[in-house]
Amino acid sequence: MVEVEVTIPEAVSYPGARRPDRHRWVSSFGVKLASCEWGDEDAPPLFLVHGGSDFAGTFDGFAPLLADAGWRVISWDHRGHGDSDHAALYSWDADVRDALAVLDSVTPDAVPVAAHSKGGGMMLQLAEALPRRMSKLVVIDGLPSPDPHPDVSDHEEHALNAKNLSAWLDHRRTAASLHRKPGTLDELAKRRKRMNPRLDDNWLRYLVTVGARHDPDGWRWKLDPAIRMGGFGPWQPSWSLSRMKSLEIPLMGLTATVEEEMGWGTKHEQLLPYLPTGARLIPFQDTGHFIHIEHPREVADLLLEFLS
Amino acid sequence: MTVFLTHNKMKLAFHTLRAGEGPNLLLLHGLGDQSPKAVPAAVESWPGAVYALDFTGHGESTMPGGGGYTAELLMGDADVALAMLGRATLLGRGLGGYVALLLAGARPESVRGAVIADGHGIAGGGDRPGPTIVRGVPERDTTPDPFALVELAADLRPAEYAEKFVGLACAGSGLQRPISIAAKSRPDWLKAILLGPGVVEATLEDALRYYAEASAS
Repeated sequence: MVEVEVTIPEAVSYPGARRPDRHRWVSSFGVKLASCEWGDEDAPPLFLVHGGSDFAGTFDGFAPLLADAGWRVISWDHRGHGDSDHAALYSWDADVRDALAVLDSVTPDAVPVAAHSKGGGMMLQLAEALPRRMSKLVVIDGLPSPDPHPDVSDHEEHALNAKNLSAWLDHRRTAASLHRKPGTLDELAKRRKRMNPRLDDNWLRYLVTVGARHDPDGWRWKLDPAIRMGGFGPWQPSWSLSRMKSLEIPLMGLTATVEEEMGWGTKHEQLLPYLPTGARLIPFQDTGHFIHIEHPREVADLLLEFLS
Repeated sequence: MTVFLTHNKMKLAFHTLRAGEGPNLLLLHGLGDQSPKAVPAAVESWPGAVYALDFTGHGESTMPGGGGYTAELLMGDADVALAMLGRATLLGRGLGGYVALLLAGARPESVRGAVIADGHGIAGGGDRPGPTIVRGVPERDTTPDPFALVELAADLRPAEYAEKFVGLACAGSGLQRPISIAAKSRPDWLKAILLGPGVVEATLEDALRYYAEASAS
């Protein structure tokens, strides 16, 4: 593991949002991951995991609430996301391996984890592989679904059809020469609004200053242009449901009730038969996929109570 | 002659084993292997040009760091070669045979038949997930990439998934038998596709003759 300081440009302000107190690099078999932390370095660690196409900075509003309650909150940009390396290869298993590298860079002990969207699916896999590595798991609109949405990305077989296959291959043929389209801060915020329609415009403008870089010709999202939503693969959603059923650590799931473009498509009642013993499942009424951004205080209080 | 094709951040070694007129044959090697240096005796009778591709992390192609291999990524490798050739018959050994099947389904108008032959990595990680393992490997800077060996040996090959690619190949290729099985090994996915339409058992020589004639017509 190599630790160096990361230079992050100044963000515009947003009420309650706070940039991390510390940044460092974690190497996952040569892929550099940008890790960040909020709160006292000597406090007990708590990990936050972002979803597909997101970045650790999307926790800038939520993480400080946990840090101020006495936790050392740690997150990271997945490979190809935020400030982490644009890797040569991407896969679900590589993301899970990277997650373990970040956990290992902090402590070998069992730790609590809260994960959003695709991050939830990744951490369910890690919890199954290493059942003593996590003490408790909170999944924010990322529990498995029989009918997952595009955010699940690259290993589900549900999107397998002739049109998607040829579009994916066409994208791969040109990926080397692709660049993110530049724009003004407001234009990028507007583009993200299409994916995050329920989120506050000022929050999205804030996210641009964190998740995009300012080039001479405009702002560009940092996300590797080679990453494309709507992938496919051999994984069957029912396997994830079975995996959840065998989970042995305490689990709390929060589910959205309003479907969105980036949503996970999880239906509360469909999950009930697959919940492990003692798991809590809490639906948020009139709430979209980003539950912790729409209701940061409420989600933080639930999480703090669950961890206590 | 070897040229390097670009697939995202990788440079892929693309070998012309025999130039010439007529239909194209593209050889796809097995897991941990690399392209042959000359036209193999078994395909000497092919009437056209013969090419071979080193997959990512194999042979002379880029060795990426940090892993992330999937059979779908390798399908993307092979598709970059297909873009160069326009149309081609695919002959894959082991893992390369499975990749040939995927590409036959994904680009049915460009793939003029896929032949699956025995070779390393034909079974992948099996039909269903086994114990969940988070895998890492010691770093190394020469091919074959240890990550490729570990991840692609565990890559799942559900029968239903393979059958969908056969279905797409049948629907889009115009060939009566777009997939030929010259392999003797029978992992679950191969057994399953043999029960459906569009897939036949054939000797390598017969399969290549059929696709050469189909390409000429």
